[in-house]
Amino acid sequence: MPMVLGKSQRWRKIAAHGCLIALLALLLFPLAMVISISLRPGNFASGSLIPEHISFEHWKLALGMSYTDADGAVHNPPFPVMRWLWNSLKVAGATAALILMLSTTAAYAFARLRFRFKTGLLNNLMFAQMFPPTLALTAIYAIFELLGTKISWLGIDSLASVVVANLAQISLHIWTIKGYFDTIPTEIEEAAQVDGATPFQTFRQVLLPMALPILAVVFILAFIAAIIEFPVASILLQSEKQLTLAVGARLYLYEQHYLWGDFAAAAVLSGLPITLVFLLAQRWMVSGLTSGGLKG
Amino acid sequence: MLSRIGTVVAVVVALFVVYWLHAGGNPMLAIAWTCGFGLALYVYRGRRTYAYRYLFPGLVSVGLFIVLPVIYTIWIGFTNYSSKHLLTFDRATEVLLGEVYLRDDVRYQFTLHADAAGFRLAFKTGDDDAADPAAAPAGTALPARPPAVFVTQHAVPLTATAEQRVAVVPLATAGVALGEPLPLRDVIAHRDAIHALSVEFPDGTTATMASLREFTPHEPLFHRNPDGTLTNQKTHERLTPNVRTGFYESPSGEPHAPGFRTYVGADNYVRAFTDEKFRGPFFRVFLWTIAFAGLTVVFVTALGLLLAELLSWEGLRFAELYRVLLFLPYAVPGFISILVFKGLFNRNFGEINLILDHLFGIRPNWTGNALLARFTILLVNTWLGYPYFMLIGAGLQKSIPRELYEAAALAGAGPLTTFRKITWPLIRKPLMPLIIATFAYNFNNFVVIYLLTMGRPDFLDTNVPAGETDILVSYTYRIAFEDSGQNFGLAAAVSTLVFAILAVISIVNMRLTRVTGGDKR
Repeated sequence: MPMVLGKSQRWRKIAAHGCLIALLALLLFPLAMVISISLRPGNFASGSLIPEHISFEHWKLALGMSYTDADGAVHNPPFPVMRWLWNSLKVAGATAALILMLSTTAAYAFARLRFRFKTGLLNNLMFAQMFPPTLALTAIYAIFELLGTKISWLGIDSLASVVVANLAQISLHIWTIKGYFDTIPTEIEEAAQVDGATPFQTFRQVLLPMALPILAVVFILAFIAAIIEFPVASILLQSEKQLTLAVGARLYLYEQHYLWGDFAAAAVLSGLPITLVFLLAQRWMVSGLTSGGLKG
Repeated sequence: MLSRIGTVVAVVVALFVVYWLHAGGNPMLAIAWTCGFGLALYVYRGRRTYAYRYLFPGLVSVGLFIVLPVIYTIWIGFTNYSSKHLLTFDRATEVLLGEVYLRDDVRYQFTLHADAAGFRLAFKTGDDDAADPAAAPAGTALPARPPAVFVTQHAVPLTATAEQRVAVVPLATAGVALGEPLPLRDVIAHRDAIHALSVEFPDGTTATMASLREFTPHEPLFHRNPDGTLTNQKTHERLTPNVRTGFYESPSGEPHAPGFRTYVGADNYVRAFTDEKFRGPFFRVFLWTIAFAGLTVVFVTALGLLLAELLSWEGLRFAELYRVLLFLPYAVPGFISILVFKGLFNRNFGEINLILDHLFGIRPNWTGNALLARFTILLVNTWLGYPYFMLIGAGLQKSIPRELYEAAALAGAGPLTTFRKITWPLIRKPLMPLIIATFAYNFNNFVVIYLLTMGRPDFLDTNVPAGETDILVSYTYRIAFEDSGQNFGLAAAVSTLVFAILAVISIVNMRLTRVTGGDKR
């Protein structure tokens, strides 16, 4: 856009760019550092921020391969990172699928059907979301300890227990899906009902196909939330092979056994895909969040 | 018709589950299941409950996975559940009844016999040449078993020295022909393997090796009396369960581990508020929780809105690129970025101290000093949270009519004035619920505290696990899962207080949201 800029305007723009670039450098410093550290030989700071020579030892260990250093000593991976990642994926996939299954019909009822206590129930759903599972950790621990004595695959230290505990996310997602259903015009469904479709048929064959995008988004959101969930998994999972990534990652940074470089490689390796998925998914989130803020 | 068959099948399956639960000794679970299934049946078969058929899965999930843990937490807050009182009453009783003691006055002679597939051991019970019966204390049930010969049911290889249980049966019914007993040197050769054996008699009692010729039986230590008390078979002491202290107690009032869970009324709350040991740290932690959540909100809102404002300037090139890069901290999983910060701030190996050492020759102890640790936490938390407000701010600004800014520009207003006089007044109201939600979220932001500092540095003048950077949630976590006492009851009581605080915050928030909505319409 050709525009005549005043002098002060031009200075202000340069200042803005300068400001932003300085802020960016500061804010992205940790992320840049972790990549540099993952490529640096050894587990300790070596006096320079940019590695003098690049070594893939940490990446090999993160990928589950052992490597031989210059002295001929063989280093084995300190932790089963790949297994942790796989555990995380299993937990998150199961959580997201179950949440979709359990929340979609409820969202439909809230968006389309008339029934008693509707507003009250909706508000209470919002209210329930205010109490995060972090606060009920003792109860969750006690419940799964008890369950484990009756149903062994659902006890402490089982991935299934984490999935079940993660279902506490559900009320938020009922709201999200309901919000999307509200934006879909009802005319098409009404036409189907005039043609004699039952409410369930309208739901299954008319509304659901139109709502596929939001179902995908909710799946991804629930998936990410389950991947990054830490408190509940940290009390339910105990043996090293059963850990999820979120719980296992901190084992790298014990003061007595400090594996900074190995951690950096594992962090980049596992964090990158999650970050990318999140960046793609946030488009939808943002519109939902802001419209929610304005609509009230 | 089809749906009727389906109903019948469902009822049959449900009844089977009730039976299975009940037979498994879980009457409470059976009742809960029956109620739940009855409700489902009513919802899915009733005429007037059509809408609830859709709601049922979702609402039941909310009830089970959100409401139930909250209610159970509140209940635990009124019990003494802790590492000393870990078990339920029934299980504690079971443990006591499972305790055994070695009868040092009864010995079973044994002999070792060769067998095709290994060895067999034969035991002569009764006490023909054991200790003098008269030496036994009067009243004990002697002898443990009438004289008879028992033999191991199967041949034992006697190669492993890991603990192993083997069953023995009376020789008369075993149908094995025992050869000559092997000489003592064979017993000596296999003494370790024999020592690892735990011999189980048909009546359930066990015996272990006492010497090269003898096994000694284990007897249940406690006998349950009809009135619920337990009698110690060795000392004849009577243990009475005390539901107030959560222990079986001897007549002199001495508690006998393991304790059991029991209702203790408001004890945990009284302790949290009156016991100096808990009250001091509780209030310090509480104050820091408020400060942490409040300052976080201030910082993330300020930085987020500032960036939103900068990026919204018309004619700023690369705005989209800046936006994506600035959003990155939000997209990186928290458990990774927090740990990255933890590493960077490490006193000895961290890159931040490396730089500071180069530039100024200082190596601050970021996590060891209370003030620095709090500063670090706020810094990291601001880094984690500002992108959210940047996005929200950008979204809200878009909804403000352009004309207002144009008019302001014509009137010669600078960016600061426009923000103060136009942007802020217009976005303040829709922003308020989000600010409160952020406050509530950070009030419980366990992950950042736990992964970064674990609440440290710890208070030196208290003996509960609490530190300068602990917030209420991490404090309850440490009481419950890190302290050796594992005081679940106290932790749940503190959690309940946090529930109450959160309830107040969210009610205020809902009021505000409603007010905003009303204004808009």
